[in-house]
Amino acid sequence: MLARFLDSDFVYSFRRSPVAVVSTLVVLACVVGAVGAPWLAPHNPFDLASLSLMDSLQPPVFMADGTAAHLLGTDDQGRDVLSAIMYGTQISLMIGFLAIIFALVVGITVGLVAGYMGGAVDALLMRVTDVQLTFPSILIALLVDGVARAVLPRDFHDRMQIYVLVFAIGIARWPQFARTVRGSTLVERGREYVMAAKVIGLSSPRIMASHILPNVLGPVLVIATLNLGLAILDEATLSFLGVGLPPTQPSLGTLIRIGNDFLFSGEWWVTIFPGVMLAVMVLSINLLGDWLRDALNPRLR
Amino acid sequence: MFAFILSRILQAVPVLLVVGFISYAMFAFVGDPVTIMLGQDYTEAQRVALVHQLGLDQPFFVQYAKYMWAALHGNFGISYRMARPVGDLIAERLPATLELSLTSAVLAVLVGVPMGVYTGIRRNAVVSRIFMIFSLLGVSLPTFLIGILLILLFSVVLGWLPSFGRGDVVHFAHWSTGFLTPLGLKSLILPAITLGLFQMTLIMRLVRAEMLEVLRSDYIKFARARGLSQRAINFGHALKNTLVPVITIIGLQIGGLVAFSIVTETVFQWPGMGLLLVQSIGVADIPVMAAYLQLIAVVFVCINLIVDLLYYAVDPRLRMDRGRATGGH
Repeated sequence: MLARFLDSDFVYSFRRSPVAVVSTLVVLACVVGAVGAPWLAPHNPFDLASLSLMDSLQPPVFMADGTAAHLLGTDDQGRDVLSAIMYGTQISLMIGFLAIIFALVVGITVGLVAGYMGGAVDALLMRVTDVQLTFPSILIALLVDGVARAVLPRDFHDRMQIYVLVFAIGIARWPQFARTVRGSTLVERGREYVMAAKVIGLSSPRIMASHILPNVLGPVLVIATLNLGLAILDEATLSFLGVGLPPTQPSLGTLIRIGNDFLFSGEWWVTIFPGVMLAVMVLSINLLGDWLRDALNPRLR
Repeated sequence: MFAFILSRILQAVPVLLVVGFISYAMFAFVGDPVTIMLGQDYTEAQRVALVHQLGLDQPFFVQYAKYMWAALHGNFGISYRMARPVGDLIAERLPATLELSLTSAVLAVLVGVPMGVYTGIRRNAVVSRIFMIFSLLGVSLPTFLIGILLILLFSVVLGWLPSFGRGDVVHFAHWSTGFLTPLGLKSLILPAITLGLFQMTLIMRLVRAEMLEVLRSDYIKFARARGLSQRAINFGHALKNTLVPVITIIGLQIGGLVAFSIVTETVFQWPGMGLLLVQSIGVADIPVMAAYLQLIAVVFVCINLIVDLLYYAVDPRLRMDRGRATGGH
């Protein structure tokens, strides 16, 4: 099985593409650094006892006053920037992943039902996606977050903020998945195996879930990869605007917002390093998604 | 033609009604403005008076109808945070956002289209490759990071351009413009680049892809065979035929510009509607959010209408097909 996979066209074209290999390595490094942050990070930025204001705003190691203890310098509270970035990447990746999974579940369900049922159900669902696609996703996420802020009691909202963000970003991104799945479902619905499943008396949900779904997943997963980068950017943007995660639980966007206040006093490293981290990670995910799209689409070869 | 416009407008009405209902629902069911506005100490009489003043003691549908009717007249209620009419707040900040978005859109088109044409015609030139790498950065860097980097370079390190605000503005009746003062223009440069960069790279990539597609087609080969000049082929025949998708994307992106101005305005503390929205979301100021949502819906519907009309102007085939083929583009 493994040998057959390693011998496949897919792996061959992966090995032949330096862009794909490099971006995969970068993404892997990000994931390892983020997931392993509690063990790999040189300091724990959340351990208040280890923070010392004496260490605040130290420059990175390659500048005149930098020390090897803080490779990328420290912020105003003496938090190690490198460690904060590793923990922040963990939160950013987690929210991005959860939001895309949420969007996938909603989008696939709507797409399958619309494509399989057809008729009025299809028309209604597609009208909803059309209307939502008219609005930029970041605007929808902002408004959903604002409403959540008003509905939930304050301290409860602060504790639930991660899930609020996952919901807001996921809700803003599902229509694309729904459209793609609906398109492929319309094609699959006419195939003989669906006819056969109907003849032996399977229920509609069963046909949709276990027969059509596996055949429409391919294109959706490519879009999901490309959307993962965008979802991470959505979260960073919301946090930067001050409606995302609080400074006590900083994602990359929060770190950039905190650092932005020190830009004018010359402490550029507090904001630029998290920014570079975010850009490199999203760029690699996008490149990987682009390559995946080309590799899985034989017409483009 | 007339029937086409009419059907488009009729399609837009339900969208606006639904958005209006959502924003009214936000208004009606979210939060308790009375406690927020009264603060800590108040008497029962004060509370009842305020509830009456805000019209919250009336039935749901009366409130909805009143809300929509008032919204049609530009009256969106009173901001919880500023205790001032939302309509006034938005009217004050509309010019700043519109000037910024418009400048960015013009910038994106004027730079993006020529770059796309160039990279399409000379796809292997060194300059084209540099443009393509640059465009990849434009797509992957988040807007706020581009703004921060520009501030770092041009305001902090070089000290050439202001990093926040609109500079000096000149007032005409209800409009304030930054186009007429040197400081106003200088203040506009960084935010406009920040906001327009993503759209610029998007337009460039799109024009390039379309040019590559069109240059392969038979009628371009025929034009070459006829001995037309390169210039006539590239601009008269090829570029013209790439315009339909380009116009669609530009139209949709202008809506995106208005939305992304939220981020740019926050980075540069630009006193526009986006900054107002972000400040309002932070304190759950529902009337401002609801009004913003409705206004944006109107803007998007208008843009879509204009895009549809431009199709007509650009693509003669649509004029003939409309009668037979139903069901949009």
